[in-house]
Amino acid sequence: MIEPASLAPWLIIIPLAGGLLAFLLPSRSVLIGLSATVANGLLALAITFYSINTIPLEYALGGWPPPAGILLRIDGLTLVMLTMTAITGLAISIYAQGYFPARIGSGNGVSRHGPQQDFFWPLWLMLLAGLNGLFLAGDLFNLYVTLEVTALAAVALTALSGKHTSEVAALRYLLVSLLGSLSYLFGTVLLYRACHVLHLATLGALIVSSPVVWSGLALITVGLLLKTALFPMHFWLPPAHVNALTPVSAILSALVIKASFYLIFRFWGDVFMRILPLGGYSLLGGLGAAAVLWGGIQALRQKRLKMLIAYSTVAQLGYLFIALPIIRHDAGPSSRFALVYLIISHAGAKAAMFLAAGNVFLHFGHDRINELAGVKDALPMTSFALAVAGVSLMGLPPSGGFIGKWLLLTASFASGQWWWGIILIAGSLLAVAYIYRVVRHLFTKAPGPSSGKRQVARTMEASSLFLAVLSLVMGIFAPLVSKLIASDAVSLASLLAGVVP
Amino acid sequence: MNQSGNLLIFILLSSLLPGLIIFSLPEKSHRIRTILNLGGALTKLSLILLMILGIYQGFYYEFRWTLFPGTDLVLNADPLSALFATLSAVLWLLTTIYAIGYLEQSPNRSRFFGYFSLCVSVTVGIALAGNLLTFLIFYEMLTLTTYPLVIHRGTPEAMAAGRVYLCYTLGGGAAFMAGVAWLTALVGPLNFHVDGLLLPVVETHRVSLTLIFILLIGGVGVKAALFPLHGWLPRAMVAPAPVSALLHAVAVVKAGVFGIIRIVHDIYSIDLASQLGLLFPLSLLTSLTILYGSWRALQEDDLKRRLAYSTISQVSYIALGISLAHPLAAMGGLVHLVHQGIMKITLFFCAGNLAETLGIHRISEMNGVARRMPLTMAAFSIGALGMIGLPPLAGFVSKWYLGLGALAADQGWVIVILITSTLLNALYFLPIVHHAWFSSQEHPWPTRKAGKLEAHWMLLLPSLITAFLVLIIGLLANSEMSPMAWARLIMNKESLQ
Repeated sequence: MIEPASLAPWLIIIPLAGGLLAFLLPSRSVLIGLSATVANGLLALAITFYSINTIPLEYALGGWPPPAGILLRIDGLTLVMLTMTAITGLAISIYAQGYFPARIGSGNGVSRHGPQQDFFWPLWLMLLAGLNGLFLAGDLFNLYVTLEVTALAAVALTALSGKHTSEVAALRYLLVSLLGSLSYLFGTVLLYRACHVLHLATLGALIVSSPVVWSGLALITVGLLLKTALFPMHFWLPPAHVNALTPVSAILSALVIKASFYLIFRFWGDVFMRILPLGGYSLLGGLGAAAVLWGGIQALRQKRLKMLIAYSTVAQLGYLFIALPIIRHDAGPSSRFALVYLIISHAGAKAAMFLAAGNVFLHFGHDRINELAGVKDALPMTSFALAVAGVSLMGLPPSGGFIGKWLLLTASFASGQWWWGIILIAGSLLAVAYIYRVVRHLFTKAPGPSSGKRQVARTMEASSLFLAVLSLVMGIFAPLVSKLIASDAVSLASLLAGVVP
Repeated sequence: MNQSGNLLIFILLSSLLPGLIIFSLPEKSHRIRTILNLGGALTKLSLILLMILGIYQGFYYEFRWTLFPGTDLVLNADPLSALFATLSAVLWLLTTIYAIGYLEQSPNRSRFFGYFSLCVSVTVGIALAGNLLTFLIFYEMLTLTTYPLVIHRGTPEAMAAGRVYLCYTLGGGAAFMAGVAWLTALVGPLNFHVDGLLLPVVETHRVSLTLIFILLIGGVGVKAALFPLHGWLPRAMVAPAPVSALLHAVAVVKAGVFGIIRIVHDIYSIDLASQLGLLFPLSLLTSLTILYGSWRALQEDDLKRRLAYSTISQVSYIALGISLAHPLAAMGGLVHLVHQGIMKITLFFCAGNLAETLGIHRISEMNGVARRMPLTMAAFSIGALGMIGLPPLAGFVSKWYLGLGALAADQGWVIVILITSTLLNALYFLPIVHHAWFSSQEHPWPTRKAGKLEAHWMLLLPSLITAFLVLIIGLLANSEMSPMAWARLIMNKESLQ
């Protein structure tokens, strides 16, 4: 039998090769892009199922041992992130295949996204390779490289629409992202200077407090916070996510944001947990709480659907940070599981929501929330997707968001930090309020007769509904995910005990 | 004896699957939709009867699914679940027939019947929930599945009512969730069938337990329409009549009060709750709700709104019975869960008949209506007299046991509440009955076609059946098969433990 870890490099090679091919053969880019994402999805599933009982695994690329070679590392969290990216990415690709040929609006001012398609597929595949590499990387430097690849591809995708607004937003995104990467790189250098290793697990076991280590960790964290758009560093996110093309918006807020958060979770929830100060956790949690409230209130005030969804991302990211102090004080694995569940169910729900908003925009030529009446007649599947994804974002059962919030809530009470629980509930109520602003229109008829031809392909509606339903019934996968996360907790415990792996 | 829990899953699926299929049906396919609706309702009812038969023989049904180590979703069937599940299934069948007759001409039927089926699946899930987390999940899902029914008409009033409904129920749901999470953090999974669940922490966490009790009761109290959390219920009356019937008799209000029973009996236990001094305030609150609801009902001229306030009042009898901490009173409360459901659904069916056939919405328009629709008004009168508590109708049995229990628990003041409320009930129901039968007609109504029934048979039949039930379960309260006997069984099981 093939060793599952030896399949891992193909998760980087396939998208990368696909991207290159799509760039060289623009006329075939759709076919290449779809085949690459399908292959990537199958591969991710295969690796997950084959290695579920043997994680954590390490694989040295080309057989070279760590100091010189590249080391890939697979644990439960990696598998969850890879699978999430593969499935969400596949649905978004199917959507994109219908999106670019579609006409926007009706009557005068019809436009298409045809030309952008030639660049979308190469960039998206490159981004996918970057994301997969990031989740697989086992040392600080390769994390930097993959983080940079991801960021550059994401910025280029943001600018893709060619509108002035999106170029401005992309430029700002680029600057923030570069600043974040630089900060991360500088922090990495400092850590290397102090410990002389880059391999994450070894570093976690060896590291001891010193001023250099502190500055390194601080720089790394600030860099990642910038990229994750934690309040108050979220300013760049709404314009970038809103002005991008629809598939790009979905990719950015479902996946790209999660990549930098994944690193924060790795460092703060795992590798460096042993030495990071409690105050730091409280600070991150506090900023997360502010993000939940601020994002929620801003989402309530928006007039456009895409803006509302973007601010909802700001708020939902806050939950992820609130989880960090709870994890720090929680003995059991349930809060880690909760955090992972929040990450993956947000990915599904948020991508579904952006795709649905894109359908609305294509059909009506606008996405003004107050004029959404009649969506259910024109785009029944899309309106259903909006409602279902909304339920998941609100964190109501049976959605994955509910499971995450429930476990986090219990853990916050159990660890005596009930104030985080109050924020969680306040955030859910805010989410109810802003989702309600959208959903209530889904039950009313359009004032006038419905007009316009069908612009939206069924595959586009179906892919958004698929992701929404997936995030709604995500509870089904809970036993699987909990098994993956529980095995991480075991290796974490030995790390915390100071055992060198 | 442990039995497979598959039966419980089938009970849920018997309405869930038809619901999901109905969503995808085109509006035109009337026949398939009707077959699915009635087939689902009949299947569910037979499966539940099978389950009851099993419980009689001592089988124990449980379905357990581990979400996460230490976090299980549990369905199981105890006599209390069976009581609520049977009530929902019987009334759902009748309401489905009624709704088909009521709505088959209106738009969005697939959506309506889809949510209708989901709603009943969720209600039965509430009935079968074996721990508080599972209860919470179904309880929140009930909000989501009933909202589209409340706003079904899509008018501005309906949308406004839906908004109020969501504010109340989701706000209550948040409080409930906080309470459940807090309690879980204190003592672990909150199984309904473990005795002395809270005993380990009762000495150290008295204040926490009291606060949690307030959060929990506040959370379910919204759906149970306890004063002052009742505001959504009268407003939700803009929904079509079958939905009102569902909200009042089968699902929402009942789910709330069922939650109160679960929390007081199975989580806190009567002993602990009274030891913490939580039951007396609850009985005061429910008494206040009883009087307040009746008083407001008296002021209303709109028939459905009067019925809504009457529900607020009547449902609190159930919680009152529970809070008196005496088996007799609890029996009265439990049996009222069934009795109130059947009586109130009769009244709503009749109100719907009047509105649908003659366009009557206000009580002042009902003069002489009994001569035009004698069967409907006969059913209405039986329901109304039952509500007042006239022997031998169902309502009398409930009140009798409540009174007995109150006396046995040395809480004589409750008798005063019961008598006052009965007087108020009589004041707001008897004039309707009187004017309907004995006053002369004031408004012109559409003429009745010769040889036709007074209303569509699908509207008339359910009302007559439920009216008959009001009569028969009151008369036969002492027999083996009555809800009263079942309530006695539940209480015997409790006191044996």
